[in-house]
Amino acid sequence: MTPATLQPAIRTEAERDPAFATWIREVPGAENIAECIHCGQCSGSCPLSTYMDRSPRQLMHLAKEGFKDDVLSSLSIWLCTSCYECTVKCPHGIGVTEVMYALKRRAIEEEKYPKGFTIPLLAREFHDMVVNYGRVSEARLITGLLLKTSWRRLFRRAGQGWAFFRTGRVSTKRESIRGRRELKQLVEAMRSNGKGAAA
Amino acid sequence: MREYAYYPGCSVKGTARAYEESLLAVLGALDVRLNELDDWNCCGATAYMSIDENEAIGLAARNLALAGRTGQDLVTPCNACWLVLNKAKKRMREDPPTWNRVTRALQSIGLTDGHQVAVRHPLDVLVNDVTVETLQEKVTERLEGLKVAPYYGCQIVRPYALFDAQDDPQTMDRILEATGAEVVDFYPFKTRCCGGSQTGTLPEVGYDLIHALLKAANDRGADVIATICPLCQFNLEVSQQRIAKKYAIRPIPVVYFTQILGVALGLSPRALGLHRALVPAEAVLTRRAAHVG
Repeated sequence: MTPATLQPAIRTEAERDPAFATWIREVPGAENIAECIHCGQCSGSCPLSTYMDRSPRQLMHLAKEGFKDDVLSSLSIWLCTSCYECTVKCPHGIGVTEVMYALKRRAIEEEKYPKGFTIPLLAREFHDMVVNYGRVSEARLITGLLLKTSWRRLFRRAGQGWAFFRTGRVSTKRESIRGRRELKQLVEAMRSNGKGAAA
Repeated sequence: MREYAYYPGCSVKGTARAYEESLLAVLGALDVRLNELDDWNCCGATAYMSIDENEAIGLAARNLALAGRTGQDLVTPCNACWLVLNKAKKRMREDPPTWNRVTRALQSIGLTDGHQVAVRHPLDVLVNDVTVETLQEKVTERLEGLKVAPYYGCQIVRPYALFDAQDDPQTMDRILEATGAEVVDFYPFKTRCCGGSQTGTLPEVGYDLIHALLKAANDRGADVIATICPLCQFNLEVSQQRIAKKYAIRPIPVVYFTQILGVALGLSPRALGLHRALVPAEAVLTRRAAHVG
């Protein structure tokens, strides 16, 4: 093992980012995060925690103490499917799912995710399609995403695509709304770091 | 004749077409009319929330504003759409800065805030407005002996349980029982996660979750799984072939609860979109049908 791969198991004060700890407390739904008693209900109820590098309980703890890099570099935040088991189980009313969403947004904003990782790419593609057209064209979304990530998977899924085509469950048509201009205007007025934010 | 405003969501116009077909056919037979919102936009689902939450609330607010003009309750058959719309309403009601911002943004495009609109799922409408007693009266084909696993998915009971029990919901169970079918005890799997979009983004993880559900349904002797959400149906049905490479699992039809109800109401399989199933479902549902009255 080279020294470069050595990782301390214990975090120290020096690694904390107090501004991050303040930020997480202001996330709607995360107001109670400082009251976390580390009971582990979130981890125990999470159907994905078994695949996670850090359990939801660990993530909540690290986030509230301001260990920003540990939290944002964890793959766990991308495993969350928003099933809300943790949120309804938390005895202190912490919106764990809302924290997960906030961490995804922050990681995407700061581009802290493995390059080529599909999950944030899907979120971005989905977002842009909705902003531009007002609706999602499922086939276009999936094909576009596979083109950007894995040609091989696109070919492997061709058979499935045909099954959907045969049963009339897929359309190559571009879904869109008439009020595209108004929708864009609305979205821009709502954008978190946009003009509307200060008001 | 009962009337509601209708928010279909993107999926029921594509991969989940059979859900819309069967929903409209069933409600039509029960004298309920859904009026599709003119020029509705995507709800944003979970993916959009991962980019910008305020924008996502704006998307929902436009749909609520369109619904507000109709003066009718808004019905949406998709769990994700239902949650996003209800979540946006709650935020607008409880967070004044969000409410101010939304109302101003809507004003700029000539719309008025519609956060007072009731957002409802077809399960809620069928049980609380149409009533199970009416369903029992209208059933012409009893599905005696058909074993159904009722699968609700996550977002219809979590984080809010607005019309059903959070831990062990019953509305779909009651509707299915009205058809004469035998509802197998699917607790606690009935509200377990279907994997959401992970089946596409991290298939090895998504398939494990789906396998757990399919196996639970098979172990309980279910002939068919009934769903109430486009993504749940998609995941449970479409993944079966892929899962078969890793797990030995008996194929099991996965339908929308409206397709089962439709068969019991005597509607034609084609009108219910049963020909769109990838795991054949029509024979399983119709072979049990026994004409009554």
